Amino acid sequence: MADEALFLLLHNEMVTGVYKSADQGEVENGRCITKLENMGFRVGQGLIERFTKDTARFKDELDIMKFICKDFWTTVFKKQIDNLRTNHQGIYVLQDNKFRLLTQMSAGKQYLDHAPKDCYSHESWGFTVFPTLLFFCLSCTSVRRILSEYHIEYLAFTCGLIRGGLSNLGIKSIVTAEVSAMPACKFQVMIQKM
Amino acid sequence: MLRYVRVKEDRKASNLVGKRKETDHPILHWSSTMSRPGNRRPEYHKIDWHLPAISSSASAHSMNRDLFVLTYGALVAQLCKDYEKDEDVNNYLDKMGYGIGIRLVEDFLARSYVKKCHSYSEIADLIAQVAFKMYLGITPSVTRNESSRNEFSLILDKNPLVEFVEELPAGRSSLCYCNLLCGVIRGALEMIHLTADVKFLQDRLKGDKVTEIRITFLKKLEDKKYRRKK
Repeated sequence: MADEALFLLLHNEMVTGVYKSADQGEVENGRCITKLENMGFRVGQGLIERFTKDTARFKDELDIMKFICKDFWTTVFKKQIDNLRTNHQGIYVLQDNKFRLLTQMSAGKQYLDHAPKDCYSHESWGFTVFPTLLFFCLSCTSVRRILSEYHIEYLAFTCGLIRGGLSNLGIKSIVTAEVSAMPACKFQVMIQKM
Repeated sequence: MLRYVRVKEDRKASNLVGKRKETDHPILHWSSTMSRPGNRRPEYHKIDWHLPAISSSASAHSMNRDLFVLTYGALVAQLCKDYEKDEDVNNYLDKMGYGIGIRLVEDFLARSYVKKCHSYSEIADLIAQVAFKMYLGITPSVTRNESSRNEFSLILDKNPLVEFVEELPAGRSSLCYCNLLCGVIRGALEMIHLTADVKFLQDRLKGDKVTEIRITFLKKLEDKKYRRKK
């Protein structure tokens, strides 16, 4: 879908922009991640309001998490969460094996911070990345090389999105993310009891 | 980016492998041939304004647009917090749009199979009727400036980016909320070797009746200097 490319590009530009205009101190203490997460929070709140206008009332927490995994994720990322795990005590792990915002970067264990500065000569690009979007992460890589290994900054916005959605459904939570092998990633939601 | 466009022109002349003199990078060559399947060649001979089969009234399409519009709003809000001056925010949005535009044009060309344009007015029509429709779902109208052949205006009646915006915040009267669009158009044109100056002339958010984007093409179209290498 054409709009997807737009959002993907905007998201990548946002991440690059936030890091470019930040000082070294801010990068280290995570203020950039906070900025991205707050933006995602605001967007998540708005989105969930529009999506749940006509849906029935949710029975319990698990029902809400299933809604996030199925309907919300499908509408935002065109696919469902592949795996939802919980310990029934307020911790949920959402696993997405092909996260849309990371598929255009790499498919495997080669991380961007190991990529050489000249992106054209990096062998894995041609085989793993959809051709027309080959150049999208170009500017990202040269800035990203010095930063976190697991590219949490590309997930910060989505963490905020989940947190914002849950907050407007009445659940206070903390959402973190981790990437083990691109493009799979896991979002961990910890529900906070009031 | 330069190499990609050159390969495209070579394909149209059906001299793909044999006569290319310089060694294009193998990855770039591979990627550009993959994005243009060979059996599409007959369609190059006509201007095909027909869009891919995506209806802009489909609800999933509008949800995605909500995501984009809300994200853009959150971005502008964050920028207003970070920068005090409106010009700084406008410049930042323009630069961001430029970064998006240089990549978006690839996606646009791959999806829309449009023929090479021969005049500035064709390009302006293309931007308004195909590109805007594809990405934002609206079709601005194009007006030409009679005095100068290089200036065109896109008049937007409905701007989806400002769907959730009532008015500009207090003290931000010269903020160009949609300045990203100017950067996108400028970046996209630059990747097809056209320099242009793109700016907002009128803006509904600032009280004008319509939103008008003025595109001024700066240099003449390059004189096909790549073809001489044959």
